[in-house]
Amino acid sequence: MPVTAANKEGWKPKIIAFCCNWCSYSGADLAGTNRLSYPAEVKIIRVPCSCRVNPLFILRAFQRGADGVILCGCHPGDCHYSTGNYHTRRRMTLLFSLLDYLGVEKERTRVEWVSAAEGQRFVDVMNSFVAEVTALGENRRLGDLRCKEN
Amino acid sequence: MSAYKVTQEEVLAVSGVDPKKCMRCGKCSATCPAYDEMEYHPHEFVAMVEKGEIEKLAQSKSLYLCMTCMACIQRCPRQVEPAKLVEAVRAAVIRGKGATHLKPDALPDMLDPDLPQQAIVSAMRKYTR
Amino acid sequence: MQKIGVFVCWCGSNIAATVDVKAVAEAARSVPGVVFSADYQYMCSQAGQTMITDAIREYGLTGVVVCSCSPRMHEATFRKAVQKVGLNPYMLEVANIREQCSWVHKDMAVGTEKAIMLMKAAVAKVQLNAPLEAGKSPVTKRALVIGGGIAGMQAALDIADAGYDVDIVEKNPSIGGKMAQLDKTFPTLDCSSCIVTPKMVEVGQHERIHIYSYSEIEEVKGFVGNFDVTIRRKARYVDETKCTGCGACMEKCPMKKVPNEFNQGLDTRSCIYIPFAQAVPKVATIDPNYCLKLNKGACGICSKVCAAGAINYEAKDELVTEKYGAIVAATGFEVIDVSKYDEYAYTQSPDVVTSLEYERLMNAAGPTGGHLKRPSDGKEPKTIVFVQCVGSRECCDPGKGELRGGKPYCSKVCCMYTAKHAMLTKDHYPDTDIYVFYIDVRTPGKNFDEFYRRAVEQYGVHYIKGAVGKVTPEGGKLKVQASDLILNEQLHIDADMVVLAAAIEPSPTARHLATMLTASMDTNDFFTEAHPKLRPVESPTAGVFLAGMCQGPKDIPETVAQAGAAAAKAIGLLAKNELVGNPCVAHSDEWMCNGCSQCETVCPYGAITYVDKEFKMPDRTVKIRRVAQVNEAVCQGCGACTVTCPSGAMDLKGFTNKEIMAEVDALCR
Repeated sequence: MPVTAANKEGWKPKIIAFCCNWCSYSGADLAGTNRLSYPAEVKIIRVPCSCRVNPLFILRAFQRGADGVILCGCHPGDCHYSTGNYHTRRRMTLLFSLLDYLGVEKERTRVEWVSAAEGQRFVDVMNSFVAEVTALGENRRLGDLRCKEN
Repeated sequence: MSAYKVTQEEVLAVSGVDPKKCMRCGKCSATCPAYDEMEYHPHEFVAMVEKGEIEKLAQSKSLYLCMTCMACIQRCPRQVEPAKLVEAVRAAVIRGKGATHLKPDALPDMLDPDLPQQAIVSAMRKYTR
Repeated sequence: MQKIGVFVCWCGSNIAATVDVKAVAEAARSVPGVVFSADYQYMCSQAGQTMITDAIREYGLTGVVVCSCSPRMHEATFRKAVQKVGLNPYMLEVANIREQCSWVHKDMAVGTEKAIMLMKAAVAKVQLNAPLEAGKSPVTKRALVIGGGIAGMQAALDIADAGYDVDIVEKNPSIGGKMAQLDKTFPTLDCSSCIVTPKMVEVGQHERIHIYSYSEIEEVKGFVGNFDVTIRRKARYVDETKCTGCGACMEKCPMKKVPNEFNQGLDTRSCIYIPFAQAVPKVATIDPNYCLKLNKGACGICSKVCAAGAINYEAKDELVTEKYGAIVAATGFEVIDVSKYDEYAYTQSPDVVTSLEYERLMNAAGPTGGHLKRPSDGKEPKTIVFVQCVGSRECCDPGKGELRGGKPYCSKVCCMYTAKHAMLTKDHYPDTDIYVFYIDVRTPGKNFDEFYRRAVEQYGVHYIKGAVGKVTPEGGKLKVQASDLILNEQLHIDADMVVLAAAIEPSPTARHLATMLTASMDTNDFFTEAHPKLRPVESPTAGVFLAGMCQGPKDIPETVAQAGAAAAKAIGLLAKNELVGNPCVAHSDEWMCNGCSQCETVCPYGAITYVDKEFKMPDRTVKIRRVAQVNEAVCQGCGACTVTCPSGAMDLKGFTNKEIMAEVDALCR
């Protein structure tokens, strides 16, 4: 078995989480208020709505070295902007299908609905996502070596 | 006879019941047709299992006075299902009393079309290890 | 080149305990573009804010990054602070190193490393920020109250008394709501009609309140301060301006078999009807489901006897559009349908009734003139059993057995109204034997516990901790089998009536309304509040306020209090002459726009339109191109259009593509 970064002791994946301001970002805040824990590999970027996330952002994240990207939005029907998360759902279905075609493992991307009251759910989602990505190891497919800092 | 002790874990695992959901309303006992004959009543069964007083329950006569009519299951507003607890304790007690009394191969000969499915499953639970 | 200042907050020990704040401040110094870096215990305090404003002045900062608690806490605070010294408030970014770092990661090395990355991402973003000016939108000084019960009426009166015009939209022919159906109210035992009818009259006569009765909301467009609402005025077939409420039509109407909703179906009414004597407006309505003229072309008697000539069989529903600045939702509740609880024999015996039906039987204006009579044979009941928590406090997992329409919550008002029913019954009929089977007795309000103790100690009502398992109608009696958990007995009572304290649920019209308002609802169809403790009367949707049972089970004193609170919030909004909008709105680069209309289709607010514009082309010709135009007052800044735009012309101010990608780059290092 080739020695990959994943086999190296203590390798930690880089995870980017896009969270919508109204539901999932608040849910993440609630997790903090309740002093719950999830891995520090997760770095959150705030967007006004999950529908703000352009597929190009996700591809950029992978290009720059991210190992997993997750989008969190409001539950369907509860979007602050009423229809935003429907667009997210449809767009990401398409994008993830493309990524699958490119050979990027399905477990590296996710869309999850987390409400502002679901601090525990946020933590559960992050824990499970990080575990899955860690098991897969480093993202080799879309990483651009030119972007890697030495 | 083996000194087989019925544990709370076994009862909860077999029955699939969460006794903590009980809100002590007493509807199960209110609806129980065998109430007057029992020393311990359906609402008490749930509390006893939750507290871990399985021995007391296992050795009481009330355990066998439950007719498994399932009225308490149908009426409980919290979906606690007390009769399942009774069944679980009974099955555990009977299993503890000895070896398998019922061999699955012998079953087809004992079946008759009027036998309710419930009874077959019940017998499998109680009389096999 | 920007001059960025970085300010790292300790937040006491909330951040400093698990993040080395000094290390973060130190790391900031070596980030390109950062000219100043500091740390302080409480950045949001006066001293902390002064530190920021002093640094802006002294170092000529063009951008500020505060590493602190969540931007949802103090972004607004810091924005105000920097604005005071002339820095555009949108040249400030907050890095969340508390809720999303120090509070969730226990290891200091790990937390510090992450905090530094979050700080760098915020710096990378603010480097690309552009100053933004918030747009202003006007406020329509008119409020809409949906629901004409006590919650709606109180809110309307408070808003109107403050000097603003209010419209009430009520789906029933009269305002008054459930309170008009009650007999006496706890804990004072005031006659409900006596206290609600003066309010109804006040509402009806107030020069600033207009009532749209027998009407429903058809459509809601717009946003806070500028709602466009379409109201459907259902056809009454009676001209409201002519009808005098004399009642001659009701008397002569030959169709008298319509189940009377006001009496919960315990008796019947005529097809043309005024729901109750104190109705506001006191105007007749024809029920189109039963009218012989409308359905068969026969009869027509009401129009013959109407002295005012108010009947109009050709009437149609009318749609009215009106503008409002604020909306109050006060849609109230219904009692659940208990027919699936067959252990109580509700559908088998007319003597098993719900509490609201019992209320009507006791009411002097009710179907029995206030005499307590058994619906089956009209005799006085000598033994009455009250059953609490019917359909409330239930577990409703779909996997286990039949779902009977039960609710997981406590309906809050039943313990009190049952004690009331018991005492009022004993007052009129002292030799009645009354049993109340309870799980808990919940009496939290002022004078509430003393009220229920009176029922037990003074009136001798038998309160039994236990439940009713079965009610069997037999030989004109109701055989009740119940449990007494204290005495460990199973009881058998021969009752004459059984009263079920059925759960309450939000009005069935509420969910459709919530969708129209884009107001959130929980799984029980109660409107969600913006914050359960600190913002109980505001919906997360700006400009929509909540009052009464539609937000959660509550009694009359709480409803009135909440209605006043909602009114106060609405008044605060209407008092403003203009609202400062959100400057983080979409913007289209008209040179890149190809006029495809994709963004227009995706916008939930209709904020994008297309215009034909003249462009001076590089070859000196003038070309007319169809390009997108965003109405900044309407745009709410969701960003759906930015992703839909195939040419990349559309971007979102405050969250531009470049800004977000800069954050991604910084976090992926």
